Amino acid sequence: MTMEHKKTFNLRDRGAEVWAGWNRTTRSVFAVLLIGLVALLPFAGNWTPTSFLNTPITSYANVLVYPVGMFALMALGLNIVVGKSGLLDLGYVAFFAIGAYTDAILTTLFNWNTWEALPVGIGLAMVSGVVLGLPALRLRGDYLAIITLGFGEIVRIVALNLHITGGPNGIPGIPNPPKVFGLVFDLEHPQNFFWIVLTLILLVIWMVRRFTVRRPGRAWEAIRQDEDVAALMGVNTLVYKLWSFVIGAAVGGAAGVIYASKIIVISPDMFNFDVSILILACVVFGGIGNIWGVVVGASILAYLPERIRFIADARQLVFGLVLIIMMNLRPDGLLPRKKRENIAEKGGK
Amino acid sequence: MNLSVIGSQFWSLLLQGLALGLIYALISLGYTMVYGVLRLINFANSEVFMLGTFTTLYMQTKVFGFALTTPTIHGAKLIFVLISSLLASMLVCAVLAMLVEVVAYRRLRAKGASRLASLISAIGVSIVLLEAMGIVTGGRPKTAPRLLEKWSFGEIAGANFRIDTVLTIVAPVVIFIILERFVTKSRLGKSIRAVSMSEENSKLMGININKVITATFCIGGLTTGAAAFLYTTVYENTVFNVGFNIGIAAFTAAVLGGIGNLRGAFYGGIALGLVEQFASALIGSQWKSITVFLVLVIILLFKPSGLFGEAVQQTRT
Repeated sequence: MTMEHKKTFNLRDRGAEVWAGWNRTTRSVFAVLLIGLVALLPFAGNWTPTSFLNTPITSYANVLVYPVGMFALMALGLNIVVGKSGLLDLGYVAFFAIGAYTDAILTTLFNWNTWEALPVGIGLAMVSGVVLGLPALRLRGDYLAIITLGFGEIVRIVALNLHITGGPNGIPGIPNPPKVFGLVFDLEHPQNFFWIVLTLILLVIWMVRRFTVRRPGRAWEAIRQDEDVAALMGVNTLVYKLWSFVIGAAVGGAAGVIYASKIIVISPDMFNFDVSILILACVVFGGIGNIWGVVVGASILAYLPERIRFIADARQLVFGLVLIIMMNLRPDGLLPRKKRENIAEKGGK
Repeated sequence: MNLSVIGSQFWSLLLQGLALGLIYALISLGYTMVYGVLRLINFANSEVFMLGTFTTLYMQTKVFGFALTTPTIHGAKLIFVLISSLLASMLVCAVLAMLVEVVAYRRLRAKGASRLASLISAIGVSIVLLEAMGIVTGGRPKTAPRLLEKWSFGEIAGANFRIDTVLTIVAPVVIFIILERFVTKSRLGKSIRAVSMSEENSKLMGININKVITATFCIGGLTTGAAAFLYTTVYENTVFNVGFNIGIAAFTAAVLGGIGNLRGAFYGGIALGLVEQFASALIGSQWKSITVFLVLVIILLFKPSGLFGEAVQQTRT
């Protein structure tokens, strides 16, 4: 490939250029303003100019927590696995389920509170990530995909058949999280849940950005582009693949804990294969490997079916059509990753 | 765990497992053939199967006008009805599979898009087909009329050789033999193998890649359609989401045998059917999918590219 490739307008590159041109103060002010605006989103439904955002049936502020916030969080977690290190995981819902069930069991049977259950949920998700990853990550490509898919189904079927998980009825009566800094978490205050999810999202974004510029990020990038070459250059591919898998699992587990404490009742049918696929769709739709693309993609794909709920049965149909049309028009997603990386990817052909 | 089941029902389980496994094997061709040429999971194949079952059902209820209460039919009439619903199912599935290729893959392939992008667009097609059929049928399961009287050839050691069981074993074997000969002997079959070895080189050898890919989808659709007919004849009902579990099982079978490999699909399907039947009998049907996946994990650990494998350079993405 020659150096003079066609220069097209690209929102992602343009954004990166503008950002690079700013000094530290401008950047901080912009970041704080942006976060503040997003934090105000739960109230946008009540304010007339933005009330078009309101969703029928489920209240808008609740939609922001689940699915929008949760999906953005999980898509960011899955992006570490699929986008950064290029491992196709079709069973991401397993970690979400493990987090949710951990919270449900610990809070209903052992009277823990959500904040105490959170680290355990994350820990268990990470452990299961290691248990799955150690054998599965030795395999390549689509073999990994089918094993992870199987793992997702296994977790669901186990939850469906065990006594402690309540079988098909699931676990009812999960308590909401206790107060933090005077913020009450209950049905009346969905915005507080949204802020918790937002905090987690910001933490994950921060974490991913740190990783990307350091050794693990470079190792993942190398593995994604060519695993054999990465191994030859001395990257311990299994260890780094396992790390990306486990970190992704941790994010899924955290999302699960918060989800269970928000939704109060969980049952196995909430954790089926569709969720894994939907999260993967969020990642690819938004722009695989690019944090902002993933967040935008997840927000759109999670919000759209809720917004068009008035067409009832046909909403999933429309969702499918949107996926087909979008992927045909923009195969790299709404906000693709940096062009530089794209060239490297295609240059190998 | 109930080991005595093995003793008393061994031959019966073997027969049932074989029949189920061969249905899986036929569907898994829809995955494995496409994977061979495109290196992509044909995600919409499970929905192609689902529409095949509905085609069979509608052929019998709408076109031939059999009501659910119709008594079984015999002789030439039976054969005519069965053959025409089989052909209709195969035709619809083949056309649909080729449409899937045009809608979900062709444009993306021309753009040189990533494999994940194609995966998502295929998932999109799958969702559209699934939801459309869900709306058409109102989400309710549909029962097919029992046209074929389920008489038995006789029992050997507890295994009941019922006509539909025998049919689901014989038909796939015949299809596989024909397909094997087609792929190794015919010009088009050879081009399919050439493309799955190297797309670039095939192009240089003057092979029309798009034609070959369409043909591959068509063959996958034909076998999936045949499987859909057999499924409807044996189980006598279908529902709009019937494809999901069977699709996953068939894909697992393809991987088990070594994806992209024709014989792999055949033996992978049989292995999966047998494991499922014996696991259901031994530890309860609710755990059968878990057993299937555990077997898959164990086999892949020792044979990382499936039972029959594929060349290492072909596993690369």
